[in-house]
Amino acid sequence: MISYEWLYVLLGVFFVVTSLLSLRSQNTGNACFWGLLSISFFFGSHIGDLMNGLIVLGLVAIAALGGLKPSDPETTTPIEREGFSKTLGNKLFLPALVVPVVAVAGTLLYNFTPLGELGLFAERQTTLILFCVGAILGLGGAIVWLKPPVLAPAQEGRRLIDSIGWAAILPQMLAALGAVFALAGVGEIIGGIAGAAIPEGSVFLTVVVFALGMALFTMIMGNAFAAFPVMAAAIGIPLLVEGYGGNPAVIGAVGMLAGFCGTLLTPMAANFNIVPAALLELKDQNAVIRQQVGTAVPLWFCNVIIIYVGAFLLWN
Amino acid sequence: MNYWPLLGIALVIVGFALKFNPLLVVVGAAVATGLLAGLDLIAVIEALGKAFNDNRYISVTWIILPLIGLLERYGLQQRARAVIEGVRGATMGKLLTVYLLFRQSTAALGLTSIGGHPQTVRPLVAPMAEAAAVKSHGDLSEDEREKVKAMSAATDNVGLFFGEDIFMAIASILLIQGVFETYGYPLTPLQLSVWAIPTAICAFIIHGYRINALDRRLAQVRAANQEAAS
Repeated sequence: MISYEWLYVLLGVFFVVTSLLSLRSQNTGNACFWGLLSISFFFGSHIGDLMNGLIVLGLVAIAALGGLKPSDPETTTPIEREGFSKTLGNKLFLPALVVPVVAVAGTLLYNFTPLGELGLFAERQTTLILFCVGAILGLGGAIVWLKPPVLAPAQEGRRLIDSIGWAAILPQMLAALGAVFALAGVGEIIGGIAGAAIPEGSVFLTVVVFALGMALFTMIMGNAFAAFPVMAAAIGIPLLVEGYGGNPAVIGAVGMLAGFCGTLLTPMAANFNIVPAALLELKDQNAVIRQQVGTAVPLWFCNVIIIYVGAFLLWN
Repeated sequence: MNYWPLLGIALVIVGFALKFNPLLVVVGAAVATGLLAGLDLIAVIEALGKAFNDNRYISVTWIILPLIGLLERYGLQQRARAVIEGVRGATMGKLLTVYLLFRQSTAALGLTSIGGHPQTVRPLVAPMAEAAAVKSHGDLSEDEREKVKAMSAATDNVGLFFGEDIFMAIASILLIQGVFETYGYPLTPLQLSVWAIPTAICAFIIHGYRINALDRRLAQVRAANQEAAS
């Protein structure tokens, strides 16, 4: 059965090749960083928590000492690219479209036809596995069609991952921070403070504190999933549902969406906010967040009103 | 209650604000939080290592980079621009509004992997939005170019976040269901996903307005400059 472990080996190959190519162009810092990361992907499941923790510290040390630099592997010039774009035409989109098509159509086929009974993929890992299958098929097709130099796919991959740099592992690192926060009981402390901040007797203000708590705690954790159980247990269920008799479905669903407004506002949600800034080579690391403030804040107010109207005015 | 672990949060905020390397900030905050909560250093490092390892799947999407890079080598971004230049009446506002609607509605059907930053925004949406802006307003300044690209990424996020919860089998709906179930409130995924619709509509209206406001602002700056020059 194909599981995530297979994908980790695949990524391990990508990182180790990137590391070797960096070494060849005498970029030692990058070679160490991607090499260390490849160890995590190849062997992470077998070397124990402490060893993995030391790998994390090693990666952070390299990044913090400025060891990771953008690289400049040989590629085509903008003028050559214009030329290719004209001669190759819209067929250039096809290999890129293979990826979502395989991921989406494959998942649907696998879940809704007897194919699923083959037990080919581990449970609930289908989409990501098929995403990788699509990426490999697309790359294979593109290589056959375009006949690039042998090392070109690896070099182009290195160019992109080096331009993303340390941001490439920030989402994983933030998940690790979330685990330590949970271990240290940060959720209970925040829930306790939010619970104590509630003004007595006002349904509307309780809704405001609930939605604000969701947004702020999401900003801290970078993830509404971590905030939801805490805020639901501190305010949503004991006060809004049980105390004031609100509609639990609205409080749950829209409370989560109030948290999503927080996700738009925080560098902690790195894969949505910081990684794209790196991918698009923006100078300001927070440029994406800046564009989202004007949407997230009014939308948060909408969520407060939707909870108040939907869970209380319409429900009672 | 021991409030000291909250110092870790303060460290994160200060660290990000002072623009220290985010990886360093995160690990520093994790170690500080763990120690202040009374854990020993080895236990904190183990917890970091375990969670980092368990979350490797987040980084699996980077496997698409060699494909995207190779296609860019052969002019993918230039092609994306050329397509937009060929569409009569294409503006950045219209393009990103259509993408917002597309992203929200496909996410609402559970097709969340159709968009995304490495596979869609960098090679296609951002160059198209830039080309459309140049087409209607002429050359963009460095600052304007950044804004248009960042707005493209923001549109992908807003579309995903406020579309996906309409789909019943998404992780966040299952989490809400699970939490309420524990406290004795059995809810069906349908009850929850229906209530994601009002916010989805608000998100479309608000973000759609802001996309078009950016487009209008690009026009106004040019009109004002022209007036000043004449």
